[in-house]
Amino acid sequence: MTSIFDASGKNVPCTVIQAGPCVVTQIKTRKTDGYEAIQLAFDEKKEKHTSRALKGHFDKAKTTPKRVVAEFTRFEKEHQKQFGDELKADIFIEGEYIDVVGISKGKGFQGVVKRHGFAGVGQATHGQHNRLRAPGSLGASSWPSRVFKGMRMAGRTGGNRVKMINLQIMKLLPEQNIVVVKGSVPGPNGSYLILERWS
Amino acid sequence: MNQTEIMNFVQDTLVEKKEWPAFKAGDNVTVHYKIREGNKERIQPFQGVVLQRRGSGATETFTVRKISGNTGVERVFPLHSPFIERIDLNRRGVVRRARIFYLRKLRGKRARIKEKRI
Repeated sequence: MTSIFDASGKNVPCTVIQAGPCVVTQIKTRKTDGYEAIQLAFDEKKEKHTSRALKGHFDKAKTTPKRVVAEFTRFEKEHQKQFGDELKADIFIEGEYIDVVGISKGKGFQGVVKRHGFAGVGQATHGQHNRLRAPGSLGASSWPSRVFKGMRMAGRTGGNRVKMINLQIMKLLPEQNIVVVKGSVPGPNGSYLILERWS
Repeated sequence: MNQTEIMNFVQDTLVEKKEWPAFKAGDNVTVHYKIREGNKERIQPFQGVVLQRRGSGATETFTVRKISGNTGVERVFPLHSPFIERIDLNRRGVVRRARIFYLRKLRGKRARIKEKRI
C-alpha cells in the first residue's frame, strides 16, 4: 500500500496491483464442458517447476508456464477473447469501481473477541478474574439441552476468500499493467487477486 | 518488475516529490501551509521544532511542535503534500536522537535546543 494525493489535494490510501498480462489458456463452452468460461493464466514461472501435464496445457495456448490459473464466467461480450490472447490492465477504466477478491491473512486460532467481535466482560475489577475475553453463555439449559448449530465460538480465523466491493480505480498505468485502487485489499503483500467489474 | 520496483515506480510517477531544505529532528522550521476557505486560499505559517521524520518515499511525514500560548501544539505534515508551499529552515539544532519526544515533557528553559554551528 501507499498513498497518493488526488486532484483536490487529499491524501488517499491506495493499493498497487499488478493486473496482467494474463493469457487465455482455455475457453470452456457449453458443448464441451457444460458451462461457459474462459481460463486466464498469470505470472511467469520456470519450466523446471512445471509439471508435464501443465506444461502441455500451456504449450497448447502457445505460452510460457504461469503460476496461477483462474476461471472467469460471464465475461463481457466485447472482451470475448480467443485462445492464446493476452489480457491487459487496459480493459479497466480510470475512476470506475471494481470488486477485488483475495484470500485474507490467516490469524490462526483466535478467541471470540477477535473472531466475532464479542465485547468480552468489560470489567477488570469488581471480583473479576481470568474471564476477560470469555464468550459467556452458549445458550439456555434444560431446553434445548444442546448448543445450537452455528453458535459463534473460538477457532481458525482469517485465510478465507474475501471480496472487497466497490473499490475505486484511482490511477491506471496501462503500459506497466498497474492498477492503483483506493483502500485496502484482502491478503498479504504479493498475494494473488481477482479483479471483477459489474457492468 | 518485482514488488519493490513496482512500488517505487508508482510512487515516483504518481506523487510529485518536492525539494525541501534537508531538515531533521531538532531543527526549527516554518511550514507555509495553504489553507482553502471556501474559494479563497491563504497561506498559514506554522513555526516550531521538528520532532521526527517518519516513513519513506511518497508517504513520508514529519511532525512539528510549537508552544502556542501555554499549550503544546503538534502537527503532522505529509512531506510531499501539495498544500505545503514552502519550508523554511530557521535554525539547526543539536540533538542526539532521530525522534525527540522527550521534548514534550520539558517546559521553558529546559526545552531549549542548542544551535548547531557550521
